[in-house]
Formats: sequence, structure tokens, C-alpha cells
Amino acid sequence: MDVVFLSRLQFAAATMFHFLFVPLTLGLSVMVAYMETKYVRTGDKLYLSMTKFWGKLFLINFAVGVVTGITLEFQFGTNWSRYSEYVGDIFGSLLAIEATTSFFLESTLLGVWVFGWKKLSKKAHATVMWLVAIAGTLSSVWILLANGWMQHPVGYVLRNGRAELESFWAVATNKFGILEFFHTVSGAYVLSAFFVMGISAYHLLKKQHVEFFHRSFKIALVFGLASSIFVAAIGDTHGVHVSEVQPAKLAAMESHWETTTRAPIHMFAIPDEENERNLIEIGSIPGLLSLLGFHDINAEVIGLRDIPRDERPPVLLTFISFRVMVGLGTLFILLTLYGIIRRNRLLESTNYLKIMLFSLPLPYIAIELGWVLAEVGRQPWIVYGLMRTSDAASPIAASQVLVSLIGFIVVYGLLGAIGFYLIATHARKGPMEPETA
Amino acid sequence: MEAALQSIWFFLWGLLWAVFFMTDGFDFGVGTLLPFLGKDDTEKRMMINAIGPLWDGNEVWLITAGGVTFAAFPAVYALMFSSLYTPLLLILFALIIRGVSFEFRGKVESETWKKVWDACIFVGSAAPAVLFGVAFANIFQGLPFDGTGYHGNFIALLNPYGLLGGILFLLLFLVHGALWLTIRVSGALQQRADAAANKLWFVLAAVAVAFLIATYFYTPIYHNYLSSPVLLLVPLITVAALFGIKLLLAKQNYFKAWFSSALTIVSATFFCIIGLYPNLFPSNLDTAFSLTAHNASASHLTLTVMLVVVLLFIPLVIGYQLWAYFMFSDKVTMDVLAEEEAY
Ligand code: HDD
Ligand code: HEM
Ligand code: HEM
Repeated sequence: MDVVFLSRLQFAAATMFHFLFVPLTLGLSVMVAYMETKYVRTGDKLYLSMTKFWGKLFLINFAVGVVTGITLEFQFGTNWSRYSEYVGDIFGSLLAIEATTSFFLESTLLGVWVFGWKKLSKKAHATVMWLVAIAGTLSSVWILLANGWMQHPVGYVLRNGRAELESFWAVATNKFGILEFFHTVSGAYVLSAFFVMGISAYHLLKKQHVEFFHRSFKIALVFGLASSIFVAAIGDTHGVHVSEVQPAKLAAMESHWETTTRAPIHMFAIPDEENERNLIEIGSIPGLLSLLGFHDINAEVIGLRDIPRDERPPVLLTFISFRVMVGLGTLFILLTLYGIIRRNRLLESTNYLKIMLFSLPLPYIAIELGWVLAEVGRQPWIVYGLMRTSDAASPIAASQVLVSLIGFIVVYGLLGAIGFYLIATHARKGPMEPETA
Repeated sequence: MEAALQSIWFFLWGLLWAVFFMTDGFDFGVGTLLPFLGKDDTEKRMMINAIGPLWDGNEVWLITAGGVTFAAFPAVYALMFSSLYTPLLLILFALIIRGVSFEFRGKVESETWKKVWDACIFVGSAAPAVLFGVAFANIFQGLPFDGTGYHGNFIALLNPYGLLGGILFLLLFLVHGALWLTIRVSGALQQRADAAANKLWFVLAAVAVAFLIATYFYTPIYHNYLSSPVLLLVPLITVAALFGIKLLLAKQNYFKAWFSSALTIVSATFFCIIGLYPNLFPSNLDTAFSLTAHNASASHLTLTVMLVVVLLFIPLVIGYQLWAYFMFSDKVTMDVLAEEEAY
């Protein structure tokens, strides 16, 4: 096993693990801030205990999110030093801006929020939570602009043997990153809404704290429907942009081998990378790929055969990730739509509540697969068209990376198990305060 | 012009590390003292809650120092962190364990698990304190790399001067942490923290003297001072501030004693940074390969953009962090511990 392969595994493990916690932070912070604002506005104590209950789950989740983020900040240097040297001028500044503008605000004010209940006025306290939510969102703007630059580099010149910044404006308004931002944040909201609905459904099924969880469920339902529709709409726009700037990824997403106009989409297919074709294609709809990819039914779509073998991403993984994500995205819209229709008869809808309880992990799967699609589909490039992943790793011993990889798996495995266990126990316990509806 | 901008960034880089040591330093100190000063669960919780609202914001100074190294000196970020791979990952794992332990400890009922988290807080605080010292002491000495790459290993970092640096950092943070406790806790715990700060101060003073002397023999740090002796003002401030701690502590003027300790840490960091200038990551095989502020920096445009960002945002950060510090500089009382959110 070589350094590049081990480093890729380690990076994938570390980011995917970080991203098990980040989306809930992004979405739940907004919902908790909303609940607290409702409390300040109405004085209804039920909103206060909602703020505290969901806030507690938020904090456990946040703790794991923060510590796993720190390793990421340094991993570009430890494991991708050639990459860091090559792109630090642009990529590094985005990370540094993220820390100065967002992480400070988020971490400092969250401390104030947790310990400041008695020290601040109600209004100021709720404002602090909004600032925490805004800081989290701002941090994702910068990190996704950084990722967007790797996907579609802009605003640079090649000089002194590296990519140097030529236009900060171009980097900060990179369409790829901005689309990633809207898509990722709305995906995070979907995930958070399903988290709240899943836990609420659990208690509603047991008929405990009914008023509390009924209200929570309804807030999450509206939040979830809006963001499910938004994430799909942005995903479509995102797909169009990918078609324009990353033809190889598009072809892999659809397992599309032959360059054609009126390119079809296959409902089901099994890619055969060895022989450059699909083993099985079922339910092909002609023209749909051209339509979705370019919003033009006659557009020409480049097939994988016209892309050199050493510039093709792994087809199967990219293909499956895309299918499952889109399938789940469609399901989320249907589930939340149905919920809206039954919103006044939720308590009787036992089957629906059961489905929502077991749907809790689905957005996690969708959001992780979305990233697999984005990152694996970008291969073999670390910076699309500019630098190959195989040229990017640090010149260090493979054994060193192997040891740290094992360390990551052990520590993160324990961390994840304990983190989710604590979230589950506190979620099951329900709110502390007696209800005064 | 270009060189001036690079030099400004060199000192901003040093400033970020200095502020990180000054702020998260007392968190490391308190975490390391946890098993020694906290006699029962209540006292331990007092200690943890004394840093509870602040440690996370403090840790961001490290993230920013890392990020700024990446942005302003990409070649240094690349070489420093890949060469110091093992110690850096050990630090990161320690910080992971420390970070979650604060949160998890407060969320479990079982005594056994509480003990596990206490142990994690201790290791997660002491290990980074020592390892940062070891890493920086080795940077001051220079590291074995040339045009073909890095030729050192982790064991070689644990040389006498490196270890001395580790012990010095640990002691600085222990005193700093004990002083923070004298501000935020009361009763018997406060007296124990006061006594600990007093005793540890003597050890710190002795190790600091040893370090200053060893620095002369092991590193080129004094070189810049010999060429412009006026700079010796900086280590003089360090020494004065170090004595200030002792005097103010004797008067039980805890706030001022803590500030004196903060000044000690910042000026000690600057003593080394000035001595290092213009090197960021010197080679001890051939100085031609040393990474300096001038041969390892980012482009002019990046440095300018980042300077604007830093000048706009860092004062803001300092502003709201001070606000938080003043909000949480009162005593941790039983009322605070009774709150649902407390650790
Ligand atoms: C709950 C999460 C979720 C859901 C329901 C969807 N996505 Fe997604 N998707 C993500 C979460 C996500 C993500 C994890 O956030 C990604 C990874 C990178 C990114 O920007 O967003 C992503 C990436 C991603 C990409 C690749 C972008 C790239 O290569 O950088 C495309 C084309 C889509 N999505 C399209 C869609 C479509 C058409 C959906 C229709 C329902 C959809 N996604 C639902
Ligand atoms: C948090 C969500 C993310 C997840 C789950 C994720 C997932 C992955 C995966 C699975 C890989 C391995 C791909 C492969 O080697 O085949 C990877 C690689 C990588 N990603 Fe991400 N990624 C995320 C976000 C980001 C962001 C925001 C950045 C940059 C700011 C980034 C930078 C990288 C780099 C540098 C690599 C290593 C080089 C490579 O394999 O191409 N990732 N990521
Ligand atoms: C692979 C690249 C990434 C790096 C280097 C990175 C870095 C970090 C760091 C250093 C922290 C800790 C900050 C603190 O102490 O408050 C953190 C937390 C966080 N990151 Fe990431 N991150 C990455 C991916 C992402 C992505 C893709 C997003 C959002 C879309 C994101 C959003 C956040 C948020 C919201 C937090 C706050 C705490 C939490 O996770 O719960 N990060 N990240």
C-alpha cells in the first residue's frame, strides 16, 4: 500500500466522519435559535424547554464536530504537503479566512450561550444563538469556496511553480463553490429536520410529552419540506454546472460511455469499466440526460470512451452514489409533503410516525453519498485539470500514514460510538422540565 | 515593500502563536492540575467550569495560527507539518480527547466513566503542552532537512534541548492555569491553587534560567540580539514579568498575577520569534535550505488580502473574546454548578 492510497483513505475517513456531525450543527442551530426567539416573543415556557432539550443534543453533536474539524485543518499539511505548497496561496487563505471570520465567533459565542443564561437578557441570549448559527453558515461558505476551487479552479495564474492568486473576487464568487454552499446547507437542513422529526416521532408513538414533541415535529416538518424542495432544485442546477465544467464526472455519474446527442438516462444500469460499457441497461429514457445536464434535449454529452482512461473517475462508485442520493432526495420530498397533508392528524398516523422514526438515518446516507460523488467523481484530480491526486501527497513513509490511519479508525470509532450513544440516551430521556403548555 | 510585508506577516504569525499559548495555555494548565487539585467531584467540576465557557474559543487561536501558516507561508505549512507528522498528530489526538471529555463528562452519570473522562482531560491537556514545547524547541535548533527532504524522526526530537522546551512549556502553563483558578474558584480549592502556583513558580524560574542558558549553546537564537542589543528589552520584560507573578501572588492580587503570567508567556514567545527571524523553519544541515519569511511566503496579493482580513477581523475577535472573558471572570459558585448546562 502506497502513501497516496493510505492518505486518501485517511482523508476520506476524517472528512466523512467530520461530516457526520457538521450538518446537524448547521441545521439544528437555526432551529434552536428559532425556538428561543419564539420563547422570547411569546413567553411560552414550552418553547424554553424545547430550546433546552434540542440545545443539549446540539451541544453533544457540536463537541464531536469541533474536535474532528481541527485534525482536518492540519491534514492538508501533514498528508498533502505537495498539494499545500502548490495551492496554499489560494486554498490556504480561504481556510485562514474561515477561521478568523467564523470559527472564533461560533466557538466564543457558543460558550457564552451555554453558560450565559443568567448573565444575559432573554433577548440578548437568543441573539447569541442566532450569531452562532450565522457563524456556522459563514464557515461553510468559506470551506465550500475552498472545495469549489478544487473542483473548478478560477482566479489564479501559474507562476513560481505554483498556483498564485490573481483575483480574489473570482475565487470568492466561484459559481461552483456557491452552488455547493446552497446545496450542502439545504441538505444539512433536511438532515436536521429529519433528526428532529425522527426523535419527536419516537416520543409521539409512546404518547409521552405529546404537546412538546407535536410542536417540535411541526416546526421541523415545515423546515424539512422547504429544504427538501430547495435541495433538489439546487441539485439540478448544480448538475448543469458539473456538466459544463467536469464532463468526466457527469459521464461517470450516468455511466455514459458513448458520446451522443439526445443522450439517455438509464433507470437501472450496471457499469462494466473493464470493457467500457454497461452490462445491463433497463428503462432508458432518450434525451433525458441531455435535458437534465444541459437543459436542452438535443445537447451532445461526452461519453467516457472519449475521455482518456487515466482521466476517468471510478465509475461504479460515482454512479451509485448519485442514484441513491437523488432517490433519497425524492423520497424526502414525498415524506414531508405527506406529513404536511396529515399535519393535524399526526398523532393518529402511527404508520407515518414509524416511517419517520426509521427515516432518521436516511439524510445522513444521502449527504455522505453526495460527497462521495463530488470527491470521488473529481478523481484522478485533486485540483480539477490542474494537479493529480497522485502528485499531491507528502513525501513521508507509508508506515507513518498506516499507523495514523489506524489511530484515526480507533479513536474516531470510539468517539462516534460514544457520541451517538449519548445523543440517543438524552434524546430518549426527553425534556427535563415539567410541561406547562 | 515586498520584504516589509513578509516581515509583518512573520510577526503576525508569531503573535498568533503567542496568543494561543497565552489563552489555551491556562486551559492546558487547569486540565493538567485536575487530578492534583480537585479532591472530589464538586471541586473537579469547579475547575472544569472555570474554563468551560472559554476553552473552545481559545483553541481557535491554534486553528488560526495553522490557517495563517498555510495562507501566508504555504511552503512552511507543507514542510513543517509533514516533517513533524507524528508529534503533530499526537497533539491533535490529545486535543480531540480533551475537547470531547469536557462535554461527555457532564453528560454521564456513572462514576467509572467520570474517571475515564478525568484521565482523558489530564492526558489531553498535559500532552499538547509538552509536545508544543518539544516541537518549538526543535524548530529553534533547526531540523535535519535539505533539498531531498526531511531526514529526522520522532525519537530524535526528544533530545535534551527539545525536552527542556517541553518541560518549560508545561510549567508555564501549569502556573498560568493555577493562577486562573485563583481568580475563578474560592475556598479550600482556591488556597490549594494559590499554593500550587507558588511552588510551581520556583520550578518554573529554575527551568527558565536553564532554558535561557541552554538556548545560547544549542541554538542561534541570540544572534539577532547580539547584532541589535536593544532587542534584549524583550527577554528583560519576560524576566520582569516572571518576577512580577511571584510578587503579585504574595499580595494575593490574583488578577494582576495572572496578567503578569500572560505577559511572561507572550514575551517569552516573542523572545524566541525575534531570535528566529527571518527563519520560520531552519535547516540544521545546510542553512541554504532554511525556509524564511522571504523565500517561503505566499504571493504579494495573498499577503495583502489576508492583511486586510486580519486587520478587520482580529480586533473584532479580540473585542468579543474580552467581553466573554469579563463575563466569565467571576467566581464559579454552587449555583453555577447546579445549572442544567454546566459541565
Ligand atoms: C440530504 C442531502 C442531499 C440530498 C437530498 C441531495 N443532495 Fe446532492 N449532494 C449533497 C447532499 C444532498 C451534498 C453532500 O451536500 C453534496 C456533496 C458536494 C455538494 O456540494 O453537495 C451533493 C452533491 C451533489 C452533486 C455533485 C456536485 C459536485 O460534483 O460537486 C450533484 C450533481 C447533486 N448533488 C445533485 C442532487 C440532486 C439532483 C438531488 C435531487 C434530489 C440531490 N442532489 C439531493
Ligand atoms: C465534509 C464533507 C466532505 C466529505 C465527506 C469528503 C469526502 C472525501 C472523500 C471520500 C475523499 C476521497 C476521494 C478519493 O480519494 O477517491 C476526499 C478527498 C479529498 N477531499 Fe473531500 N470531502 C468533504 C469535503 C471536503 C472539503 C470541503 C475539502 C476542501 C476544502 C475537501 C478536500 C479534499 C482533499 C484535499 C482530498 C484528498 C485528495 C483526493 O483524494 O482527491 N473535502 N474527500
Ligand atoms: C475538509 C475540509 C474541512 C476542514 C479543513 C474543516 C475544518 C474545521 C475545523 C478546524 C473546525 C473546528 C472549529 C471550532 O473549533 O469551532 C470545524 C468545525 C466545523 N466545520 Fe469543518 N471543516 C471541513 C469541512 C467542513 C464542511 C464541508 C463544512 C460545511 C459545509 C464544515 C463546517 C463546519 C462547521 C459548521 C463546524 C462547527 C462545529 C461543528 O462541526 O459542529 N466543515 N471544521
